[in-house]
Amino acid sequence: MSLDLGDLVPKLEYPRILDEYGSGSVAVLTLPTVPRTPKSSRKRLYFQRSSMIPILLQGHERSLTQLKFNAEGDLLFSCSKDYVINMWYSCNGERAGTYDGHNGSVWTVDVDLQSRFLVSGAADNTLRLWNVASGQCLYTWEFSTSVKRVAFNEDGTQVMCVTEQRMGYPSTIRVFDINRDGDGTNQAEQPLHLFNPVGSKATVCAFTLTPDIIITGHTSGKVALYNVQTGEEIERNECAHHDHVTDLQLSNDRTYCITSSRDRVARIHDTKTLGVIKTYTTETPLNSAALAPTRPYVLLGGGLEPMSLTVTHLRQGKFETRFWHKVYEEEVGRVKGHFGPINTIAVHPAGTCYASGAEDGFIRLHHFDDSYFKAQPYGAVNIEE
Amino acid sequence: MATTVDDIDYSDIEAKYQVHYDDSFDNMLVVDGIPVIDKSKQEKLVAKICKEFSRKGVPIKPEDIFLPWDDAKGKSQGFGFVEFRNVDDANLALAAMHNHPFDAKHQFKVNKFTDIERYEKMDETYVEPEAEEYTPRVIRSSPLQYPIVNLACFSQEHLRAWLADAQGRDQYVTYRGEDVEIWWHGKPSQSELATKPDWKDFLYVAWSPLGTYIATLHRQGVRLWGGSSWKPQQRFAHPLVKLIDFSPCEQYLVTWSNEPIVVPEGAPQGPQYLSPDDEGNNIAVWDIKSGDLLRTFSTATEDSPTAKKQLQWPALKWSPDDKYVARVTPGQMISVHELPSMYLHGKKSLKIEGVVDFEWCPQGDRDREDAEKDAVSASNGAAAKTAKKARENMLVYWTPEVVNQPARVTLLGFPSRAILRQKNLFNVTECKLYWQNQGDFLCVKVDRHTKTKKSIFCNLEIFRVREKDYPVEVVELKDTVTDFSWEPKGERFAIVSSNDPNLGNPGPGITIKTDVSFYQLEHGKNDFKLLRTLPSRTSNAIRWSPRGRHVVLATVGSSSKSELEFWDLDFNVEDAGRREGQISKEEWGSGIQLLGTADHYALTDVEWDPSGRYLATHASSWTHTLENGYAIWDFRGQEITKQIQDRFKQFIWRPRPRTLLTKDQQRQVRKNLKEYSRTFDEDDAAEESNVSAELVALRKRLVDEWNAWRTRSKAEFFGEGGQRNGNRTDAKAEKEEIEVWIDEVIDQVEEEVLE
Repeated sequence: MSLDLGDLVPKLEYPRILDEYGSGSVAVLTLPTVPRTPKSSRKRLYFQRSSMIPILLQGHERSLTQLKFNAEGDLLFSCSKDYVINMWYSCNGERAGTYDGHNGSVWTVDVDLQSRFLVSGAADNTLRLWNVASGQCLYTWEFSTSVKRVAFNEDGTQVMCVTEQRMGYPSTIRVFDINRDGDGTNQAEQPLHLFNPVGSKATVCAFTLTPDIIITGHTSGKVALYNVQTGEEIERNECAHHDHVTDLQLSNDRTYCITSSRDRVARIHDTKTLGVIKTYTTETPLNSAALAPTRPYVLLGGGLEPMSLTVTHLRQGKFETRFWHKVYEEEVGRVKGHFGPINTIAVHPAGTCYASGAEDGFIRLHHFDDSYFKAQPYGAVNIEE
Repeated sequence: MATTVDDIDYSDIEAKYQVHYDDSFDNMLVVDGIPVIDKSKQEKLVAKICKEFSRKGVPIKPEDIFLPWDDAKGKSQGFGFVEFRNVDDANLALAAMHNHPFDAKHQFKVNKFTDIERYEKMDETYVEPEAEEYTPRVIRSSPLQYPIVNLACFSQEHLRAWLADAQGRDQYVTYRGEDVEIWWHGKPSQSELATKPDWKDFLYVAWSPLGTYIATLHRQGVRLWGGSSWKPQQRFAHPLVKLIDFSPCEQYLVTWSNEPIVVPEGAPQGPQYLSPDDEGNNIAVWDIKSGDLLRTFSTATEDSPTAKKQLQWPALKWSPDDKYVARVTPGQMISVHELPSMYLHGKKSLKIEGVVDFEWCPQGDRDREDAEKDAVSASNGAAAKTAKKARENMLVYWTPEVVNQPARVTLLGFPSRAILRQKNLFNVTECKLYWQNQGDFLCVKVDRHTKTKKSIFCNLEIFRVREKDYPVEVVELKDTVTDFSWEPKGERFAIVSSNDPNLGNPGPGITIKTDVSFYQLEHGKNDFKLLRTLPSRTSNAIRWSPRGRHVVLATVGSSSKSELEFWDLDFNVEDAGRREGQISKEEWGSGIQLLGTADHYALTDVEWDPSGRYLATHASSWTHTLENGYAIWDFRGQEITKQIQDRFKQFIWRPRPRTLLTKDQQRQVRKNLKEYSRTFDEDDAAEESNVSAELVALRKRLVDEWNAWRTRSKAEFFGEGGQRNGNRTDAKAEKEEIEVWIDEVIDQVEEEVLE
């Protein structure tokens, strides 16, 4: 993909579509006709033609629910409502394998640091542990409601899962110990910790740096810190968002996180104090937000829900990946391509590529080109990651 | 001890509820000029006086009148006292009866009783009045209906203060949700909010045609605002007003309400208010400066009050100099009223059998100059003969075909009522009248049908109004013309034509294919020739820049197409000011150039700014709720700003009055444009560096804050060293070699081997 921010000096006032690719084909960028005008008033062209085109990963038949890179970034995991989990090589988009076994929409997936174990949660009320290399299902935990979110802790010794509140069962957060010895089939059936968060149900979660402290996002828009041992709420930010928190992704060092919400806003929070550091206000409900390592950008994706789209005009849906400057809180670019709302975005841990998965069932894998890294928008400044 | 009822002290209650009788003489009038009579005729006289008063709408009873008697002579004294129920009645009677002719010899002279007393006690010595401080305008304020605003604060402000803006910026108003905002529009750095008034509960806003006032339509009536602080300037109490129209010179205002006027009991009376005589009417004409009501009209036609026809707005059409206002009674006549009296001109309407519509001829710059010269010479008296006489007002009307008579378009001089030119037309379905804004040309778009009345085609009858005998030239077209527009101050026009079968039966999702054509007057032959046709467009709106030359074609009101095309019609000409001489040498139609295209999804309106430099498009939530908001483009189609705001309703540029510079001064400015532009360029450069400096500072601050927070949070988590347990970094250090096979087909050759 081509995202050249090199010429954005002195400032970029309006978001503009930086990329015009159609679905997987090579798009032709036509430069606007520049009328004969005095030289000084000619507008600069902000994009450059690049040979890099997005890779369209077609392996799902229904909408994507979550994408995840492994720690090295060479593998990309995707899960979808079609019961399948796919593994892809991120360098060329080739499918490395599938993980078959779930009997319901797979809502969530996570991989440990060593890329040894994969954990997934689905609407068949199961949480499954997989062998990444062989695709073998190592262990299955069964609950009374579907699993909406799973997460490994930093060293892969614990797994947390959030189950849905339904049929009289409250939303529950469970933490399991993962026995990493042997082939991984010998797991404890009972959770290490179990508690029901008070108030509105949790939708997203992650382990923080501090052991036994987790960060959660809720349907009410609340972001909170819980102690998993006691189930006690340590810190809360009641009005972090005004609507359903749809995604929560941690920074590489887990000191801050970005949350997205259906209230059209994404925010960066401090994971210790939950204080709001940055706010990115867009005009469409957001389903996912990701941080770009090494570069000061955040990636936001979303779109109007298909059911609220009456006039099916592509423009209306706002199905673009939006790039915002992390520090200046300004939108710097958009990448088009999907024809359904973007459900999930993941960025390569080294920041060299990103993938977006959408309601349309496609994953679009974009490798950033040279100019993305070389660009010094707004002048050369040193921004800490 | 028991108390009886009589013992209770009621004095406090009595004091509280005591009725205060009005014992002043304010309700007493002195009527002079009554005939001197003797006793025998007294009764008859009193009855007659009562009758006279009642006739004027202020009924009195005989016992209210007291006639003083000169007992010595046995005759009345020729004046009398009349008592009224209250002060308001007395004031009304004073206004109505003063100078009232009682009979051939006697005329009433009415005074207030208190005034007579005052005049009597008047100090006879002259006292020099103290000179009041000069205040240019004072607006009357009435205590009713609107909160009283301190009088002192609305005066002194210049109503055209915005024109003195140092950066020469234009203004526009936006109305979104319940909020009105007035913005300055200039370069991005100069665009700023001018004011955000807290006007409440109104339908919509409108600028007056010269931009002096902004009007808001409330339940109670229209309110005008203006001046640099947007103070209330005037109001017109027309309840439930729905539509307004200003006269071209901003002297008068026409208001319309779908509800007929009802004047409730006890409503305030006076020149500014609707009176019982106006009941049942819908249209009111007001004087803007004084706020007085001039006249009301009814829109209901006598013969068919039930037949609800689409209201034509403006219902009253103003002559360009504000001297006349006319309205058409379809099929019967055109009534022209003089201003400011609002009397029917010549005491009779123009009776025209079958008249459908008419239009006044606009006043060109030349006419305006002539009119001014006329006015000057008229005041000089003697010099009147030398000045060229200004062109008389003109109006054009058309009548449809009836039995044996062809349809007819007539050009009429006014006030002379002389028919200047008539043209007969056949097989006419409909006519539309389009004046060029300088009054040089008139185009009558005639929709004609074939003999079978099955298909419709179009003729353009173009009158060259400045030439002798008003020559007419016809442009015949095969297709239906949906839009026509003259170039302002120009000799060109653009039309949108279509032969799409879907035309006329619009449906959802149907976008009608159209062709856009430009025509220009060819001077040698004196006819209009096609410059160029742009085929298979979807454009349905033509918007010429107010300065001419540039034109925007837009697709408005479609849910699937929303394209804007920016065209330049004099692309080859360097200086627009000298184009007349050159154009003939150029190849015909070669100067047309597309400058740019743009897209504003689901736009509903397109409007040029008064300077012709910028174009605004907006999508109003009155029409639909998709991506409401507005965008401003420059004349080449480059986007300047775009605001998507839900519940966005209105965007209007503030109009500018005509320039005060004379032709010579304008020429001088054009000549020295390079000189002027140099100073502007310097300003721009200085400002740019200033702005970017500010921005750089802001960004630096943001980065510093971010970096400080990052250092702090890292220190909190990982200790001072900023290092964490190294297992992760170690893991990264181990590099893994991956071998990747890449197959690439370089060439494929098919060989046929012959045995």
